Amino acid sequence: MIERTASTAESRRSKWSLKDFFLSKKVVPYVFVSPFIISFLLLFLYPLINGVVMSFQTILPGQTTFIGMRNYERILNPTFFKALSNTTVYVVLTTVILTILPMVLATMLNSKFVRFSNVFRASLFIPALTSTIVAGVVFRLMFGESESSLANTVVGFFGVEPMEWKFGAATGMFLMVLLCTWKWLGVNILYFMAGLANVPKELYEAAEMDGAGILNKFRHITLPMLKPITVYVVTITIIGGFRMYEESYVFWPEGSPGNIGLTIVGYIYQQGFRMNDLGFGAAIGVVLMLIIFIISILQLSLSGTLKKGE
Amino acid sequence: MLARDKLLTTIVTVVIALVAILALFPLFSLMLSSLRPSSELMRNGITLSVPFDQLNLNNYTYIFTEAGNYWSWYMNSIIISAATIILCLFFSSMVGYALAVYNFKGNRFIFILVLLILMVPFEILMLPLYQLMIGLQMIDTYLAVILPMMVAPIAVFFFRQYASGLPKDLMESARMDGCTEYGIFFRIMAPLMLPSFAAMAILQGLSSWNNFLWPLVVLRSNTMFTLPVGLATLLTPYGNNYDILIAGSVMTILPVVILFLFFQRYFIEGLTVGGVKG
Repeated sequence: MIERTASTAESRRSKWSLKDFFLSKKVVPYVFVSPFIISFLLLFLYPLINGVVMSFQTILPGQTTFIGMRNYERILNPTFFKALSNTTVYVVLTTVILTILPMVLATMLNSKFVRFSNVFRASLFIPALTSTIVAGVVFRLMFGESESSLANTVVGFFGVEPMEWKFGAATGMFLMVLLCTWKWLGVNILYFMAGLANVPKELYEAAEMDGAGILNKFRHITLPMLKPITVYVVTITIIGGFRMYEESYVFWPEGSPGNIGLTIVGYIYQQGFRMNDLGFGAAIGVVLMLIIFIISILQLSLSGTLKKGE
Repeated sequence: MLARDKLLTTIVTVVIALVAILALFPLFSLMLSSLRPSSELMRNGITLSVPFDQLNLNNYTYIFTEAGNYWSWYMNSIIISAATIILCLFFSSMVGYALAVYNFKGNRFIFILVLLILMVPFEILMLPLYQLMIGLQMIDTYLAVILPMMVAPIAVFFFRQYASGLPKDLMESARMDGCTEYGIFFRIMAPLMLPSFAAMAILQGLSSWNNFLWPLVVLRSNTMFTLPVGLATLLTPYGNNYDILIAGSVMTILPVVILFLFFQRYFIEGLTVGGVKG
């Protein structure tokens, strides 16, 4: 075997061809991963570095000027803080709702107390297939301003006056959170159901023998066993929340009154593409990157320290 | 005990059924609305009481006969999604496979890079990528939309996990028979990875079909728009395009829902990738 390799190596040296090169065992893995390396360099690393460089520039067609920290100084303005606070509120609300609700519903769906569980699981999943734009079209129509709109009819049952949903800060936020919850609930339920499938049945049986009730079992077995999947769901929901733009775009394509629906990514879009201020937009992007970086670190260390405490 | 269980079953089933109805209701209303005259829909929005006597298929007749650019959007979405699926699956499976089966210098480093990209939201790179597309003169082309999706880190991750579970002795015996490493992948291992291809085709296809922000940024002319971008242009306060908007929205989600009914398992697998190892 060794002999053969040696002889082929020799013949290769004498008759070196491109084909041999690509077939050699050393090179093959690199050929396989080359699409990733090219895409990493061209479509990730280069834009990442260029994004930071751009954030120190004013970019006009054919003319780029270095302006130091000026873009970053400009970021500290009320509109940015509005975008930041909107996004933060949105992240907190969606994270809380999209963790607790699916966890409870998954536990229900996984229990022996539910009929037709497969049908329900599929129905709950279908919203995830819908484009946010299409979903937004429906939500706009349901939450119309007219007195006869579905939402206003429903709140009317409770004696509430018809509302202009898209024009108030609180109701505007409600619409965005509702749209997001509607779309992702089913997916998060599936995550939790996958987590529940890993909980050994014996734990519940043992607890039942000790006379534990349903709530006790949930608190002392289900919750702790679901911790890893909960950390995962919380992480993707937070990051997804900071990336949010579409939910805001469908309700206010031309910008929201008083910026009630402005998000950080929306601000990047507004400044970078609508105002054509690429340098400033890039600077907001860098700030968003830092925010997400800090949250990821916090997240990792938080779940890490919790592990040590156990 | 039994009576209590029965009561509990009823309560839990009713609660879940209510949530399921709430989940399906918006899509049901959308379909119902697409049958309403667009002027009436524009005036009243979606209402609790449905004007059954006014329902008709006029919006669909309109969209199939003279709907402006709607069918170009549809074609663009099909072309872009199909190209993304084919290219992304081809490249990502190669990379994921190599990371799983070969021991080579840099393997771990590359895998860490994959995870790193997975963590960084695309939106952060949007502006510099847009600059790059201008530099490459790709603005307003299919390629601009497809290029950033060509090697998806999530797919690489998934294929790597899947390929590490494949039997390695098959590779050995194929090598004995004189099969090249490429032959081993394309003829022997890739066919074994078929279920993972199905799940990733669905994930990439769906995210491409529904992708909004990036196509919005790089596509300029109305005839190049994808469905979500095109439909979003109809979101005007005047509601003068409701016929195309509503019927067009139904036609946008219909193929996806039909595919879902047939390939449920792969949809669920594809859309919950990250949780597999969570």
